[in-house]
This record gives sequence, C-alpha cells and structure tokens, in this order.
Amino acid sequence: MEASGSNRPRYTIAVSGLNAVDSPGPGVAVIRALHESPGFAVRIIGLSYEALEPGIYLHELVAKTYQLPYPGAGTAALLERLTHIHEQEKLDLIIPNFDAELPNFIKLAPQLTTLGIRTFLPTLTQLEARDKLHLGAFGAEHGLLVPADEPMHHAGQVAKLGEKLGYPLVVKGKFYDAVVAHTPEQAQKAFYQLQAKWGLPVIGQQFVSGHEINIAGLGDGRGRLISAVPMRKLYITDKGKAWAGITLEDPTLLALAEQFVAATNWRGGFELELIRTAAGELYIIEINPRFPAWIYLTAAAGQNQPMALMQLALGEEVPTFEGYAVGRMFIRYAWDLITDNTEFHQISAFGEL
Amino acid sequence: MKLKKNIATSETGFIFNPVTGDSFSANPLAAEIIGLLKQEHTAETIKAHILGRYEVEPSQLEKDWDDLVAQLRDHNLLD
Repeated sequence: MEASGSNRPRYTIAVSGLNAVDSPGPGVAVIRALHESPGFAVRIIGLSYEALEPGIYLHELVAKTYQLPYPGAGTAALLERLTHIHEQEKLDLIIPNFDAELPNFIKLAPQLTTLGIRTFLPTLTQLEARDKLHLGAFGAEHGLLVPADEPMHHAGQVAKLGEKLGYPLVVKGKFYDAVVAHTPEQAQKAFYQLQAKWGLPVIGQQFVSGHEINIAGLGDGRGRLISAVPMRKLYITDKGKAWAGITLEDPTLLALAEQFVAATNWRGGFELELIRTAAGELYIIEINPRFPAWIYLTAAAGQNQPMALMQLALGEEVPTFEGYAVGRMFIRYAWDLITDNTEFHQISAFGEL
Repeated sequence: MKLKKNIATSETGFIFNPVTGDSFSANPLAAEIIGLLKQEHTAETIKAHILGRYEVEPSQLEKDWDDLVAQLRDHNLLD
C-alpha cells in the first residue's frame, strides 16, 4: 500500500478473468468497480492466460499484465509465477475470477499471506459443496430447491438419463457451458462436445422452465451476507450469457441469498443462477464461486461488491449494504479495441505487457 | 382492485414491475386508468371519470374494463 496523490491509500491488486469476450470473464467488470472505490485508489495488475484477452490491452484500466501458467500446471508453477510478479509489483491483493483456477489459489492462500498478498476466497470445502457435481446433495442438505441432476461418465448413460429426467434435458460441461437438448440425439451430441471441451463427467440436469434470474452476492465467511443484488436477464446470447439485464426488487430473492450464505458461511463473491417458474418457485440451477461478468451492475446500483471484497480482504469491518437502485440496467456491447501488433508480440513472447 | 404498490408507472404509459423485471407499454387511456389506480382511486370512481370524460357507452366501458383488469392480473400487476 502507498499514498496516492489524493491522499487516499493506493493498493496494487492483481485481477484475472480479462477475457471480455462473448462468454466473458468477470475481470474487467471487477476492475471497473474497483477503480470507482471512493475510499482508496488502485493500481491494477492483470493476470491472463491467453494473449488475446481484451483486458490485457485496456491500459486505462490495467497498468500491466502478466501471463499465468494454466491451472493444470499445478500450484508450484503458479506460486513461482506469482512470487515473480509480487517481486516486481508488490501486490496487496489478488482477486481470481475463474472457476478453474480457484482451487490452486485457495490452496496457495497461506503461502500468499506469508508473502504479504491477501485473498478473500471460499474454502476448498465450500468450493466442493456447491460444485455442479454435488449441487443436488447441497440443495437437499440446506433445504434449497435444485433441479434433479446426475453426472454422466460415458456416452452410454445419456439415453438412460434422458428417459429418467425427460426432455428437454440440460447437458452441462464440468466447468462451463450448457446445452438444452430436445432429443436424445441432441443430448448425445452435446455430451461429446462438452466432454471434448471440459472433460468428464458431463452433467445432465432436469430442465426447469421460467425466467432466468441471477443474484450477485458477497459473504463475509462468518455467515453474514454483505451484499446481494438480483438481476433478471433481458437479453440472452446463444451461449446463455446475459447481454442485458435489470436489477429487481424482491425480498424472496434476498432471503434466498441470505439463506445460502448463512448455511455455508460463504467467504467471498458468488453468483446464484436461478429459474423462477410460472408458479413462483425458485430453483437454483448453479452456484458460481466468484463474481459474475455483470458484477459492475452492483456498483452502478449502489452496492459495489468488488470494493467491499477488497475491504474485507484488508480486514476492515464492512457493514451490510442497505438498498440499491431497482430498475438499473446494463446493456453489454462489443467494441473493437485497436492496438499495435508489437503489444501482442510482447505478451505472447514474454508473458508480460 | 388495487395496483401493487411497488409498480412504477409514467405519464407516457410505461409500466415497470420491479419484482419480475417486466415492463409494458400502455395506450393513453389505459395509462390514465393505471395512473388513477396508482393514486388508489376505486374502480367506481375511475369508471365515472371515464364516462364523464369520453364518449363511451357504459356497457362498452364495462367490457373494456374487464379486458384491462384481466391483462393487469395476467401480468401480475394487481394485489
């Protein structure tokens, strides 16, 4: 930490998830929210995996970017890289934003603390409990409504599960992506596609019809919900991502977020993906263990969740947010960022820009 | 018959349900009626107001009124 020109403390924060593409990572939105924190200034260090992640080139938001080894390389390779980055940049905090990288960061959290780098992450137990593979058991344990689902370890299981859960059947990748299959043939094809992309198992989930609602939230790790902002998707891409959304006012949604955090002692950001049926039932179809890509809407609505996470990581007392702007909308847009090929070469060849 | 308290309306006929995120556009007459409902006028008062202001047969008003109420109910805008 150092003093900024405006006498606000300035922190150096490393953020991943810079892939602001058609299936966007949350990083750029997290960074945008952090820059709007009134209490402190930030210097953002980007953490990337691919040379074409747009956030790498957004120099007004990201001071410098370092490429990371893929999660499959393990914790030792990640720690070595983070140690190097820390030597250059003196990091105060890391906010990882990809599901697949979270286990490594959680495992390394004690070593990072020793280095002087803070994190504010769920525990491995919390991470596992809400995993797609365990969502059914998680719902049953905590009295939460969850669609029936089963993991599929080989293609021969697809037809049987389709008969059991009926069609349409939601076929989901281990980490990301989902396909709504209307026939056994479509389900089989989706199984192979998702197996090739994300590995096994592939998950089959009962289809629930209704409105898609998401809640972005932040838990303090001791059972208290710091913030929750519900959003209804108004425009959904063919990848199922919200391209536009609007904040909602509904005490039942906030109560559900409170129930989730109280039941799990959730630590950090999260997203509940919900379907509200015509009968008004709220099904949890997925729990993401990090902020969503639309997280900037929480700041725009008056509950800057990335800022609050930063304060929690610093050990500050963070009061529960009260109220937010209802009817606040986001509309995502595509923007052609222009850069020089030398920048692309720099990040590609040296892993730093 | 009461409009839900949290329903937002505008003079231009825009209606927003903050619980569901649904928004609707009403024609000028429906917007006027919804505005009066928002001010908690009774159905009888509103109908009398419409009959006094527009050239419409009471039987036609009743029919149109029932249609409007059915739509408001369908869209979950009434208590």
